[in-house]
Amino acid sequence: MLTEDRDRAVLTLSGDWVQGSNYPDLRLLHDELACLASPQLLVDGSALGEWDSVLMAFLLQSYNQCRENNTEFHSHGLPPTVQHLLTVATAVPPQPPPAGDQRPWYNRIEVGAGIREMAKLTRDSLGFIGELSIALWRLLLGKANTRFSDFRGFCYDAGPDAFAIITLTSVLVGMILAYLGAVQLRQFGAEIYVADLVVIGTLREMGVLMTAVVMAGRTGAAYAAQLGTMQTNEEIDAIVTMGISPMEFLVLPRMLALVVMMPLLTVYANLLGIIGGGIVAGGMGITPLMYINEGQNALSLVHLNVGLLKSVVYGLLIAVAGCRAGMNSGRSSAAVGQAATSAVVTAIVYLIIADAGINIIFQQVGI
Amino acid sequence: MTRPHIEVRDLTMAYGDRVIQRDLGFDINRGDIFVIMGGSGCGKSTLLKHLLGLVEPAAGDILYNGRSFVNADDAQRDAMRRSWGITYQSGGLFSAMTLAENVELPLQLYTRYSAADRAGIIAYKLALVGLDGYQSFYPSEISGGMRKRAALARAIALDPDILFFDEPSAGLDPISSRLLDDLIVQLQESTGATVVMVTHELPSIFGIATNSVYLDAASRTMIAYGDPRELRDHSDQAVVRQFLARQASAGDAAASKEKA
Repeated sequence: MLTEDRDRAVLTLSGDWVQGSNYPDLRLLHDELACLASPQLLVDGSALGEWDSVLMAFLLQSYNQCRENNTEFHSHGLPPTVQHLLTVATAVPPQPPPAGDQRPWYNRIEVGAGIREMAKLTRDSLGFIGELSIALWRLLLGKANTRFSDFRGFCYDAGPDAFAIITLTSVLVGMILAYLGAVQLRQFGAEIYVADLVVIGTLREMGVLMTAVVMAGRTGAAYAAQLGTMQTNEEIDAIVTMGISPMEFLVLPRMLALVVMMPLLTVYANLLGIIGGGIVAGGMGITPLMYINEGQNALSLVHLNVGLLKSVVYGLLIAVAGCRAGMNSGRSSAAVGQAATSAVVTAIVYLIIADAGINIIFQQVGI
Repeated sequence: MTRPHIEVRDLTMAYGDRVIQRDLGFDINRGDIFVIMGGSGCGKSTLLKHLLGLVEPAAGDILYNGRSFVNADDAQRDAMRRSWGITYQSGGLFSAMTLAENVELPLQLYTRYSAADRAGIIAYKLALVGLDGYQSFYPSEISGGMRKRAALARAIALDPDILFFDEPSAGLDPISSRLLDDLIVQLQESTGATVVMVTHELPSIFGIATNSVYLDAASRTMIAYGDPRELRDHSDQAVVRQFLARQASAGDAAASKEKA
């Protein structure tokens, strides 16, 4: 209850001020307090019952409001704990919020922000590739601090460890290719050419692309997460201050492992893709012998080599995307998550652009 | 008179436009246990990163044995770094390697010891920090205090001239932290190395430091330099006396609440 005369206003608090109890609407009370004309406010708490933080919040707001209006704030009869908490809470004046951007909104729109962001990303990537090239050159000269045991470990992670998932995806993609082709070819009574479609499609395109997508999600993300965590744990700082280049020590073995393992995985994926296609073809009345015979006609070293060339390029791109994201990661758990996400997204974008580019070039030169 | 081991000259540290500390200038003499102190957020760890060359200064120079570190090229920097041992706040141990492999890495890279000699040296360095027998453990399998000591074992693998510590006793119980302090003093006395330490633990500061610098967050520069015991009693800066006597002022409370 608020009573006011010329010298001072008295606010009498009574009853319970706890969650669920019937305390007054705080906003109305504050509006009333804001219009106070008297130079003093006395809060009388002698009739107060139970209370909790809602009372404290109200008192603190009233106190701050009084200070703004240059009204003196006094209290009387408040329980000692309330008085004490209020003293602690008001010991430090509220800090002004940090000065924000004072410009009007239309001046804050930055037309080139996206472009600048892209430019920075490109600069970072180019810098990374430059450093990587230097590290690679030093490796060729035999001067790099790259440990063979690390390389071997990463080869295992990026190779045999990936067999199960590559088996699954390759067989299924081979089957999908065969189904897709068979339905169309049947209209012309040319089902037998499913074998050609599967062999050429797998060798040139699908075998390597699916392997690369799986490896981007599996190994590229793992690289980003490993390096990002090392950044968080100050392990990369420790490497730098030991006088070791993190490019040579951390990035090179990972990248080389992926570049070496990708063609091997691709050969494996091609084989399984063709087998997958054969299973579907078998279901359509093409005997295994016919399938193999027709497949052999389509099989050529050129198609195999196109796939293998792509696999080396893709391996490089996945490793660069993963390692770059990890090395540039921030030092928090959220940043490591972002690094892993960015590694996968960047890798897949790289893959598709590279695939389109390589196909166009091969088309032009007639391979 | 011999030159100081480390000289910091007019160093200004900034992240972009935000100046962290400016015009820092002090010497660290050979054999000192030198403490960089100051309240939270004043730039202590940033100064250490500058000393280690992990961040480039906005202005000024850092000299080791009279030679500029800021203007040195990568090869010269790496050569200087080989005489340093560093223990990071979180230890900075390589989590994918065992303790033995962690200590072995610098030996493998920069010495020509045989594998058997290296194993002997690893056992000796781990024994110095009380961890002999833990060779095959991974950093995640030992306690926080043990990780700090293991990191120290790696830091002293190459018998460094300078030992850097970033908050060595952060997160340790008082006894472990005291034992670590004792270990640092013993290592310093037996090797004569210079120790540079970032800390705000008063027991460590008074227990082992021979010289110190105080970085002030408000004025963004150093406001005291000297023996911390002297500074506690006779510094002309009230903030420094209060820090060392563990007294908070109203301003500190405001600053800490603002941060919180």
